[in-house]
Amino acid sequence: MKRMLVGTGTCGLSAGAGKVMEALRRTQGDFLLSGTGCIGMCFMEPLVEVRDGESRMLYGEVSPEMALEIAEGAKPDQNLVWSSSGRGSHADFLAKQDRLVLRNCGLINPDSMDDYTATGGYEALKRAMSIAPEEIVRIIKDSGLRGRGGAGFPTGLKWSFAASAPGDVKYIVCNADEGDPGAFMDRSIIEGDPHAVIEGMLIAARAIGARKGYIYCRAEYPLAVKRLENAISQAAEKGYSAGVELKVKMGAGAFVCGEETALFRSIEGKRGMPTFRPPYPAEKGLFGKPTNNNNVETYACVPWIVRNGADAFRARGTEKSPGTKVFALAGKVKRGGLAEVAMGTPIRHLVFGIGGGIQGDRAFKAVQMGGPSGGCIPEHLADTPVDFESIPATGAIMGSGGMVVMDDTSCMVDIARFFLSFTCDESCGKCTFCRVGNQRLLETLERITAGDGREEDISFLETLSRQIIDGSLCGLGQTAPNPILTTLRYYRDEYEAHILRRKCPSFYCRALLTFSVNPETCRGCTLCAKACPVNAVSGERGKLHSIDSELCTRCGACFEACPFDAIIRE
Amino acid sequence: MKRSFAELAEESRGSAEAVIPLLQAAQTEFGFVSRETISIISETTGEPEAQIYGVASFYSQFSFTPSGKHIIRVCTGTACHVAGAGRIVEALSGELGVAPGGTTPDMRFTLHTVACLGCCSLSPVMMIDGETFGKLTPAGAVKVLHEFAGGGDAP
Repeated sequence: MKRMLVGTGTCGLSAGAGKVMEALRRTQGDFLLSGTGCIGMCFMEPLVEVRDGESRMLYGEVSPEMALEIAEGAKPDQNLVWSSSGRGSHADFLAKQDRLVLRNCGLINPDSMDDYTATGGYEALKRAMSIAPEEIVRIIKDSGLRGRGGAGFPTGLKWSFAASAPGDVKYIVCNADEGDPGAFMDRSIIEGDPHAVIEGMLIAARAIGARKGYIYCRAEYPLAVKRLENAISQAAEKGYSAGVELKVKMGAGAFVCGEETALFRSIEGKRGMPTFRPPYPAEKGLFGKPTNNNNVETYACVPWIVRNGADAFRARGTEKSPGTKVFALAGKVKRGGLAEVAMGTPIRHLVFGIGGGIQGDRAFKAVQMGGPSGGCIPEHLADTPVDFESIPATGAIMGSGGMVVMDDTSCMVDIARFFLSFTCDESCGKCTFCRVGNQRLLETLERITAGDGREEDISFLETLSRQIIDGSLCGLGQTAPNPILTTLRYYRDEYEAHILRRKCPSFYCRALLTFSVNPETCRGCTLCAKACPVNAVSGERGKLHSIDSELCTRCGACFEACPFDAIIRE
Repeated sequence: MKRSFAELAEESRGSAEAVIPLLQAAQTEFGFVSRETISIISETTGEPEAQIYGVASFYSQFSFTPSGKHIIRVCTGTACHVAGAGRIVEALSGELGVAPGGTTPDMRFTLHTVACLGCCSLSPVMMIDGETFGKLTPAGAVKVLHEFAGGGDAP
């Protein structure tokens, strides 16, 4: 029977997939209807797939009306984005990827146990149960899998520490507190294939000898929480959990809880403040017991590796960074969404090959990787391969996979200010350099973007940044100055323009902008005056207009409204 | 499926681990964490009140003052920031007459900014109660607000 699948991840639902689903549910059509996870083409949501035998047709930007027509057999070619025969306007978006972690996302109904087992789900767990725990650890070690949360620590080695730690009570923890603004890989993996994460955790539990586990998930991801809870109860019902009890804990809105020692404190019901290591979590972690903590994507890799073998995993990626990595492409890119590529793929392939280039064909300026802990990689380094060695060499970090693309309208001083204001909000306050130092960095950046920069500011930023890195206990403080250091490294001229010339070269920082009317080109059409929200533009129809700089809030509405390019922005 | 604060409290006797889930249940059910709530959680879990207050004040999810009927969360994550989230916040803040974090005097709306809602390809995004609105303009955001206020009247 024909199947119709609607992408009902958070992106899809936000774009209206719920209404599409509802319309299809109400018809008594001759098809099986189900939801599916994130297909990755967030830019074309809502997405509807028609599966008939071997043939698969994926339609994008589908309205409820169009969905009904498709259900009745219509084939709106203009909305076909991908098909199994290689047709579709965005077929290359998927063709240019290597989907290992996302193997089931968009293919199966995430709420269906049968769908998951039909793709070979829980075969890896069965295999893991039939071999010795040391053997599981060896397979993961051989695969070269490294932690996908950002640090890239070898997963097999981590497991071996927890496995050999003495103690009867051990814990397995999954970090799903995806706090980096601009990152949604983990959310999409959970929403699209929750059983893969559960299976990975159960395999890890067997490897280290844990009987209890926690998934710490952001409260901002209610759908992910729901799907995890459903998957956990389904796995328990079928007897897959083999005495391992898994529980979902919702975060309460603290970025620092992405740091594992803080995350443990939060699960315990305390303030999420990091503690000193050693002792490492493998000896004394959650509730003071040996604990293994990995990120969502890391666990999702595990069943694939156990089933297909370490060598198959190593066949992808680079020698030191084997396998694939999922990236969340966002920002000023044409095709934003979820993209999985082999490690070692150049950034340019992600931005232009998969992402389709920059919106409005503007100039590609930079990509921000690693969120508030990361940095901006400039256009001239776009051929840098994405792996755990090459990205840190640029001053950025791999991070968990957020990739925000920026064009020439993004001011790099403002971007640094933006991340610092985030870090200041999120610093737990334990270390003086992080708590006070970042505040001083932020004040300095606010002054520069407000047009009050001083010549000595740049060297102050550099010195204090180094001190904060040295004087902070956890990853949050140690990486907080990265956005400043990378932008200073590649865009020092922008800082200088703000400070020395009182100009923002990207025309972003309002305090540094002036708007005036060009008497040569103004036709007196009055559009600018109508667009101005504060009535700062005056002039009669057909006559030269003028802007009152006292009233002007520099919002740029007149600049955007003028059809004759007669507004001068400086 | 979702348990009430009272039910959860009943199940959580003596469990320090339950402090955060209890605070979350209270925040959802009552819209804020009151002095009385803190006392009940302390009594239930056996943790000192100061400890509960310390936890509640640490996490951004909890507020100590009542929230409005509708909660607006404007995403100010990286993708939304570069897409102009600042102007969305400005427009909503101007329309409601409250700064981010504030509640309108008639208790209808509370305006918050959040770090990231995770639907970056729809940026700029905001969420009102459970519903997400993407690809916003300042004027479009205000229009959504009016629709929520009911029948286009001023909020």
